[in-house]
Amino acid sequence: MKKFRLRFSRSQLCLPYAVFLALFVIAPLLVIVYYAFTNGQGKFTFNNFTNFFSNTNTIGTLLYSFFLSVTTTLICLVIAYPTAYILARSGFKKQYVLLMLFIMPMWINFTLRITALKEVLSLLEGNISRYPFLNSVIGMTYDFLPFMILPLYTSFLKLDKNLLEAASDLGANKFTVFLQVTLPLSVPGIVSGITMVLLPSMTNYVVLDMLYNKTFIMGSLIGSYFSAYDWHNGSMISLVLLVIIFIVTLVTNRFSDKDDNSGRTVL
Amino acid sequence: MKITKKAFGCVWLALVLVLTYLPIFIIAVYSFTDAKMVGGNINGGSFNNYTNLFKNEELRDMIIGTVLLAVGSALIATVLATLGAIGSHYSKRIPKTIINTANQVPVVNADVVTGFSACVLLIILLGIGKDTYVPLVIGHVVLCAPFVYLSIIPKLKQLDNNLYEAALDLGATPAQALFKVVLPQLIPGILSGFMLAVTLSLDDYFITTYTKPSTFNTISTYVVNATKGSQTEIKTALWALSTLIFLLVLAIVVVMNVLSVKRKEKIKK
Repeated sequence: MKKFRLRFSRSQLCLPYAVFLALFVIAPLLVIVYYAFTNGQGKFTFNNFTNFFSNTNTIGTLLYSFFLSVTTTLICLVIAYPTAYILARSGFKKQYVLLMLFIMPMWINFTLRITALKEVLSLLEGNISRYPFLNSVIGMTYDFLPFMILPLYTSFLKLDKNLLEAASDLGANKFTVFLQVTLPLSVPGIVSGITMVLLPSMTNYVVLDMLYNKTFIMGSLIGSYFSAYDWHNGSMISLVLLVIIFIVTLVTNRFSDKDDNSGRTVL
Repeated sequence: MKITKKAFGCVWLALVLVLTYLPIFIIAVYSFTDAKMVGGNINGGSFNNYTNLFKNEELRDMIIGTVLLAVGSALIATVLATLGAIGSHYSKRIPKTIINTANQVPVVNADVVTGFSACVLLIILLGIGKDTYVPLVIGHVVLCAPFVYLSIIPKLKQLDNNLYEAALDLGATPAQALFKVVLPQLIPGILSGFMLAVTLSLDDYFITTYTKPSTFNTISTYVVNATKGSQTEIKTALWALSTLIFLLVLAIVVVMNVLSVKRKEKIKK
């Protein structure tokens, strides 16, 4: 029997993964585009497109999602920025342990965390369906805050202390140092934090569902078309989301570090 | 001035931490009582929620299923992404860019869209049955593999290429050089990628909902359905689950910290 010898070049090792990406990452996107512009009989149509843009409900949902996610992102930023700054710069002895405390909730299943939050909110508010917007913002902030803290923390950690000292040696007061040195240098962290929060808070409708919310965001539209077996309109919504995500990614890529890890990959 | 600033910092951090952990702690306390709801009457302490968690077959199967799915899909994702990362690292510029870009798609994409598109392609267009678990596993691998890939690439960039050449010069076949020289140096990246994959899969809701068999549930989908229902016994058992997961995560974090401190001390010596 002839002895079998494995012969390959190193670059060929990526073939399985390349095939996998082509089949299960790229192909689904193409299928979404195809479904978005066809009807049940497989004929080309703009109906789903016009359905989306002529329907005040869907447009309203889109605007509401924008509003909700921008509010959530801003609140996350306002809470996370000082938190990350204090964590990274005030020289606590067990800095890393402290950071872990802030990041740890990320590893507890989010549905369980939202359940816990729901119990507390219903205790405080009585009937939680009375404040849908407030509760959505609280829920999303609670869910996504660690994803904002982490990239900000890394960007503050990278900050060169000499630059701050140089600035104050050259006569800048503390406020000016912050505004002219610290803030601009933390922009990559801010931007990657924003992407970590902005998109999920437009789409993660489970948070809303679990807080007994009747309001809809973009994700909920996909969810309801899924339950109605309406693949074509669902694909249209997915396509709209893909375009939004693409634009956001293009914009944020200009600001982020080349070697920056987006929040999820740091851990 | 200095002192007040530090004090303010401590107060701020404490405030954020309290708000973060308050719901989890409240649930933890109530999980050891016989109360039916938070703020409800407590007649005494009890471990019923914990015994229910393991006695109830549905709950037990759901937990085991979630863990098996997470570990299984993380393993597949790790093998695929490790080979992919090594391959693309040594590829020419254009194939490398294509793979990197495709790899980035599930990372930036919304999970709802990833799940929905996987469902449309695999279940609707190709007609693969949900009950085969194939769409579910593929969906989870799509979710996890890109993050494993991203955690291995930096390790490959740090690699000293001369070591591989030296191994070849000393008579190793390319395969031997790869498995005995290159791969061992990637282990830290592979391990952290694997861990990340497991946590991503455990936390996923959307991809699971869109691709799972109707009888199968992960923790996420189960909890969401349970909160819509009115079965208090299940609801309070989930408080116990939440507390157990919290304690488990806490234990893992503590162990990792202790290990890393020990390793640092070793290096110092």
